[in-house]
Amino acid sequence: MTRLLLALLIALSAATALAIEPLPFRDAAEEARFRALIAELRCVMCQSQSLADSNSMIASDLRREVFDLMQQGRSDAEIKDFLVERYSEFVLYRPPLNPTTWLLWFAPALILLGGAIALVRVMRRRAAALDPTAPRGPANQDTPEDW
Amino acid sequence: MQRWLPLLAFATLAVLLFAGVRLSGQRDPNALPSPLVGRQAPAFALPDFRNPERIVTNADLLGAPYLLNVWGSWCPTCRYEHPIITEIAEQGLVKVVGYNYKDEPEDARRWLQQFGDPYALIIVDRDGRRAIDWGIYGAPETFLVDARGKVIFKHAGPVTWDIVREKLVPLLQKEAAP
Repeated sequence: MTRLLLALLIALSAATALAIEPLPFRDAAEEARFRALIAELRCVMCQSQSLADSNSMIASDLRREVFDLMQQGRSDAEIKDFLVERYSEFVLYRPPLNPTTWLLWFAPALILLGGAIALVRVMRRRAAALDPTAPRGPANQDTPEDW
Repeated sequence: MQRWLPLLAFATLAVLLFAGVRLSGQRDPNALPSPLVGRQAPAFALPDFRNPERIVTNADLLGAPYLLNVWGSWCPTCRYEHPIITEIAEQGLVKVVGYNYKDEPEDARRWLQQFGDPYALIIVDRDGRRAIDWGIYGAPETFLVDARGKVIFKHAGPVTWDIVREKLVPLLQKEAAP
């Protein structure tokens, strides 16, 4: 049974292989650079996918364009600039870290921190309420006996 | 104050989400902002649909503003906006140039026969390479270019009468009366 599951898992992992058409790369290094680059660019039509993952027509066209630009000798930064000039910064799948995207990058961590702080405070208050040796005052009235 | 905090948090979230729903009803949240607006239209040299031997360039279109309407026979939404594009051309609001994007000439011909051909000129981009310079990623898309060749407006998606009234007409009036 585990063998079957393992076989299935391996077979399905091939489904995440890049949906790209074969392009005439000069060598493996060029292909690796191409794949890294298209994983960092967004498909402008299917906008939650990278150029590497998307099957749409425009993604295919843009992959071809990235390949041609690479052949022309442009650097990764130049290729990204080329596309940002035409499609806006949204085409970068990995948003750059600058004042406008600061909140985008750090908001999840900040919210997590806020949640953790709130949790600690609630737990402290609960612990104080259940502690029989704590001074009894208006804040500590809701002990189990009162229910 | 502590007991009101959850309600306050919920109310803030509710207001934000409601605002988001209202905003997304007004414009397509998936439409990309165009960095081309305010810049010169990208240089192109594309064949004339009606006379493929003739190559049309930007220089040929200088001197009067034009509406560049990106369409294809494969694009279903283009059929919805086509009556509006036709009306714009027939009313003489602005010169309407068709950009036949990633299409087969025979299919395009048949489409124009079926739905009408209001275009002053149609340029053909068969493989879509020049379209990347315009930041085109699908059809329909429409650009408004002024007499000096500067892109002054772009809309991704079908042109509606609201857009004509609220965006195109004011921009064209500003163009006409400097």
